[in-house]
Amino acid sequence: MKVSGFGYQVSGRFQVSGIRFQVYVQKIRVIIAKPGLDGHDRGAKVIARALRDAGMEVIYTGLRQTPEQIVSAALQEDADAIGLSILSGAHMHICPRVMELLREKGLSDVLVVVGGIIPDVDISKLNAIGIKGIFLPGTPMQEIVDFIRGNTRSRVGI
Amino acid sequence: MKTATPGRSSSTERRGSFTTISGRSINELYTPADIASLDYARDLGNPGDFPYTRGIHANGYRGKLWTMRQFAGFGTPEETNQRYKQLLKAGGTGLSVAFDLPTLMGRDPDHELSLGEVGKCGVNVTSLADMETLFDGIDLGGITTSMTINSPASMIFAMYLVVAEKQGVAWESLSGTIQNDILKEFIAQKEYIYPPRQSMRLITDVFTFCAERVPRWNTISISGYHIREAGATAAQELAFTLRDGIEYVQYGVDAGLDVDAFGPRLSFFFNSHSDFFEEIAKYRAARRIWAHVMRDRFKAKNPRSWQLRFHTQTAGVSLTAQQPYNNVVRTALQAMAGVLGGTQSLHTNSLDEALALPTEEAATLALRTQQIIAHETGVANVVDPLGGSYFVEKLTSDLEEEALAYFDTIDRMGGMVPAIENGYPQREIAESAYKFQQAVEQRDKIIVGVNEFATVEDEPIGILYIDETTAERQLAKLNRLRQTRDNARVRAALEALSEGARGTANTMPLLVEAVRAYATIGEMCDALRHVWGEYEETPII
Repeated sequence: MKVSGFGYQVSGRFQVSGIRFQVYVQKIRVIIAKPGLDGHDRGAKVIARALRDAGMEVIYTGLRQTPEQIVSAALQEDADAIGLSILSGAHMHICPRVMELLREKGLSDVLVVVGGIIPDVDISKLNAIGIKGIFLPGTPMQEIVDFIRGNTRSRVGI
Repeated sequence: MKTATPGRSSSTERRGSFTTISGRSINELYTPADIASLDYARDLGNPGDFPYTRGIHANGYRGKLWTMRQFAGFGTPEETNQRYKQLLKAGGTGLSVAFDLPTLMGRDPDHELSLGEVGKCGVNVTSLADMETLFDGIDLGGITTSMTINSPASMIFAMYLVVAEKQGVAWESLSGTIQNDILKEFIAQKEYIYPPRQSMRLITDVFTFCAERVPRWNTISISGYHIREAGATAAQELAFTLRDGIEYVQYGVDAGLDVDAFGPRLSFFFNSHSDFFEEIAKYRAARRIWAHVMRDRFKAKNPRSWQLRFHTQTAGVSLTAQQPYNNVVRTALQAMAGVLGGTQSLHTNSLDEALALPTEEAATLALRTQQIIAHETGVANVVDPLGGSYFVEKLTSDLEEEALAYFDTIDRMGGMVPAIENGYPQREIAESAYKFQQAVEQRDKIIVGVNEFATVEDEPIGILYIDETTAERQLAKLNRLRQTRDNARVRAALEALSEGARGTANTMPLLVEAVRAYATIGEMCDALRHVWGEYEETPII
């Protein structure tokens, strides 16, 4: 049995009455994306690294991704979560589109979180379309790690 | 020589180590021993004398104060024009244009990537018609204008020139700055369009064009601001910015220009972060390094080529969304560092900028902060007041040394363009950004109101919302323009531009012609995209 980190990568085999079982808990897979035209990627890169250091599998899409490209990356990468970094004020255009596309592709169980500059009045609107985690400037990295850990679908299987 | 105060030992200190915001270790005390190797005439010189460590003007701010230049732009050109008139009325002495992301990326408002971005981070300028509105009622012969624009710098500059032409202002008398610094876009801010080498050609075209036609224009503002905001340390900001400067000069010289024909028109732009003395030392080191680079490396003969002139902006990244009024204090202290470092112009951030673009009240308070420094504190009465401080001189020399070590590394890579293509500065900055964030999480670095002295609920402040009809209004204007302009003339001008880009023609006169025909920014940028392609970086985490 191999155990590493804080339960991100546990796998092992055992045998009961001659039947062999394999137990696995996969690493949480997260897409970090920068939608829109903005190139300020400091936050996206720092959080990508923090999630990776916390034992998650992180796929950083790079800059200027359309909602279509982001959702398609989530599908291809079998992602558990998508983190959108938006500082430019375009969130009320981008986020609803991402949520709509996820629904269309049957990926409604993918956790979506947003980090960046989001005015107070927009937070409840984003919550209402199913975006649970909204992280503003000054949020500790650990808070985001814990939130993703606590809100992604279980990957335990037998 | 004693270097420590008697009777004190590290065991009585409140921290294990004292470091700057950049992680530089700081001693308890600095003494003459720390600057024993400095020679006043050789390494400092009086203000106005080589190597300009103490400043480029003999009389500092006693002759002329720094230009109080507040970066502003939002929504439509009509709205921003009103804000400019208000800033000039409030005593602002120069304009500084903030463009929105579609403009910065050379996209028209109807492009799919412009979704939700029109007018959000700055003003949307799609064609000459918008530029005419932006400067309506403002005499371009009577002000200086700085425009923060990089990949499409020559397109926007061409628009400015044509507005001046229409106002009857001669190009020879125009004064101002275009940022036009593509290298720091690849390194830090990432608003690039074309690959590095083609982008560099656009810049040398501007150098050549201005040397002949717009001699008082600052053709480039070589910027460390964004490098710092992306997470660089003070030394990295200094090193990468000045090494970018070397790259531009080299390209200019390689394009056949005399170094003194464009050297005096190069200007710089630095961040002013929160570590007070380290920032002051950074500006002083920058002047000394650049004077040597221009005189010794490039053999410039004109003293004006040796003098590093710079704009400063207080650190946006230091502003907190929590307890936003604290930002007024941060900004004032950072602005003071810029002034003590001898900046030629200054932008002070507004208290609400971690939340949104500034409201008019917040922007006015930021300007008042500069006016208080200039007129009430007395710091502008004397040149380089910290010159000779053991601590500041030692920091200046240390920063210089670190920057020169980076120069060696980058020179060995074949220059900044190859270094960028290899992701070298990008990696260095990402590393520093991550280290700083970890230091904050471990409370090794304290940010008041965030990881210490936090309050449960912050008092909300009023912020600026960009009207969602901005995009609709800009789209309607664009559609009208496309119906009313001479489209055959536009097509011919764009074809000539693409043709010029395929060959070696200077692109500036071709762009001026396209602007006169009311070609849009997206159309002009596309004409070059078709020839040069677009750059895509390999993301580095």
